[in-house]
Amino acid sequence: MSEHPQDTVSVQQRSGHPPVRHEGTPVLAPGHTFGSVTDHISAIVLTRQTPRGWYLGFALAFILVMLLFYTIGILVWKGLGLWGINQPVGWGFAIINFVWWIGIGHAGTLISAILLLLRQEWRTSINRFAEAMTLFAVSCAGIFPLLHVGRPWLAYWLLPYPNTMGLWPQFRSPLLWDVFAVSTYATVSLLFWYVGLIPDLATLRDRAQGRGARVIYGMLAMGWRGSALHWHRYQTAYLLLAGLATPLVISVHTVVSFDFAIALIPGWHATVFPPYFVAGAIYAGFAMVMTLAIPIRAIYKLEDFITMRHLRNMAMVMLATGLIVTYGYLMEIFMAWYGGNTAEMYMITNRMVGPYAPMYWALIFCNVLVPQALWFRRVRGNVKGLFVVAMAVNIGMWLERFIIVITSLHRDYLPSSWGMYSPTIWDWSLYVGTIGLFFALLFLFIRFLPMISIFEMRELVEEHR
Amino acid sequence: MPEQPPLYGLMAEFLQPHEVVVAAQRAYAEGYRRMDAYSPFPVEGLAEAIGFQKTRLPLVVLIGGIIGCLGGFYMQYYASVIDYPLNIGGRPLNSWPSFVPVTFEMTILLAALSAVFGMLALNGLPMPYHPVFNVQRFEQATRDRFFLCIEAIDPRFDREATRRFLESVGAQEVTEVER
Repeated sequence: MSEHPQDTVSVQQRSGHPPVRHEGTPVLAPGHTFGSVTDHISAIVLTRQTPRGWYLGFALAFILVMLLFYTIGILVWKGLGLWGINQPVGWGFAIINFVWWIGIGHAGTLISAILLLLRQEWRTSINRFAEAMTLFAVSCAGIFPLLHVGRPWLAYWLLPYPNTMGLWPQFRSPLLWDVFAVSTYATVSLLFWYVGLIPDLATLRDRAQGRGARVIYGMLAMGWRGSALHWHRYQTAYLLLAGLATPLVISVHTVVSFDFAIALIPGWHATVFPPYFVAGAIYAGFAMVMTLAIPIRAIYKLEDFITMRHLRNMAMVMLATGLIVTYGYLMEIFMAWYGGNTAEMYMITNRMVGPYAPMYWALIFCNVLVPQALWFRRVRGNVKGLFVVAMAVNIGMWLERFIIVITSLHRDYLPSSWGMYSPTIWDWSLYVGTIGLFFALLFLFIRFLPMISIFEMRELVEEHR
Repeated sequence: MPEQPPLYGLMAEFLQPHEVVVAAQRAYAEGYRRMDAYSPFPVEGLAEAIGFQKTRLPLVVLIGGIIGCLGGFYMQYYASVIDYPLNIGGRPLNSWPSFVPVTFEMTILLAALSAVFGMLALNGLPMPYHPVFNVQRFEQATRDRFFLCIEAIDPRFDREATRRFLESVGAQEVTEVER
């Protein structure tokens, strides 16, 4: 099947694209037809035996979801005193994990919207999956601020609605901007994902054997029949959504960075924060897509669709955003020195040699040093090497949020109010629980929905003939 | 309207996307207007071939965005200036720069909602029943086949002549679609 690498090159020449050699591998292995991509992807959901690894993975994730529910139950019963937060460190794990999860979500929107607008056809086989990742990451992120309000049953007070108390939310607060940014982001991501799924749900409806499956997929497909007029409006809507999601995704992490940058705490009050946060989010997100895509393509034998070209391109995006993040770290140090502010200078010194210095240097190791390996073609072409780098970035980006939140809060302007922060077992169980929730949702998604956009793969087949 | 025609239309099946585009163009040139084409992925030029001009969807999205923008700003203005004025550090009540993020998010939210629900509404979805699903072969329309259906309400529709026409433009198979 794959002994005609020259075919794809000639197709690119014919269709007017410059015959760029993307480090050798095509975005779709040759020899596929409309029927074969449809059958291959829909079979994972409909007919193929569920791999034993799926049951094992789902069971493990499900146990962690139970841990999450247990933790939330105890937390609601006893209150936030279970957490390690104190004075002066009032933000702790909840905000670290919130920012970490939101950041992970960003790659999904980047892949599905920005790369669509830039006509990067290699996005096709990973966008569905990355969008699902966005959705689940945002669900995990949302849990933290909701619990952090202390009385989650009153969290709806964050929303502006006419009430008998005669109160309105404070629209001048970045924390309220966050409510709007994150809820808009969750809604638009869900819409984008669902709209992308409609034609594929129709495919599943028509392929499904059992009556139950046919009815459920049929209802979800809403009677989609592939009419030319429908496709026309569909494509218009999809393109407009991509155009709307692009500024949205940039705004979301900008607003998250405002949570910090609007405050006067040393190390937070910096103009570099919005771009640095957005780049960090994309960096973390691509690392997570890579972490998930590498095992999934091996387990489900999707190497024809998620080729080395995808992994290499993602590695290059990681390298580029990693350098932007590195620039952010350097600028923090430079501005602290150049600004001549004692508190800022102390904050940087404290990060480097203070009580949390090991975390800071671990962050520099994971986020700055390890990804430099991606300069080498041999690393970009090595699945295991890419996985190691992606894991390092996942950890590094978590450490980055830890450093930003904790080191700035624990020693600010008044030495008399300095303190230390250490997470409790409940902080950890909530964090691990959300990881379980993320994976449980991901396992369900892989089992019940097409993880690669089937109709876009058919388009790819058509373009490559 | 005379009595209901017994047929919804005649459906022709094609193997390749360009075949159905050519067939649709021929049908349009022949004078057929009430027809639709079905494909497993968006085919370039197919909507235009059956005489579709342009969609109003971008206008719907623009209106949604404008409503979101103005409504989002007014919501904050009403809360902060009219209904519940609070002096925060002596800043003006209408501190509009602080209202920009929420206004922006509301613009995107309403524009995106109008894009999705506008698309569904203009397409007439959800539609649980449609006559084309009565054709057994039609389930291939979500896999690898392309269909052109000329509807019986078209004034030029004639059971025999239309069938002969569809066969002449290269259809694999022509099927009658029951209502």
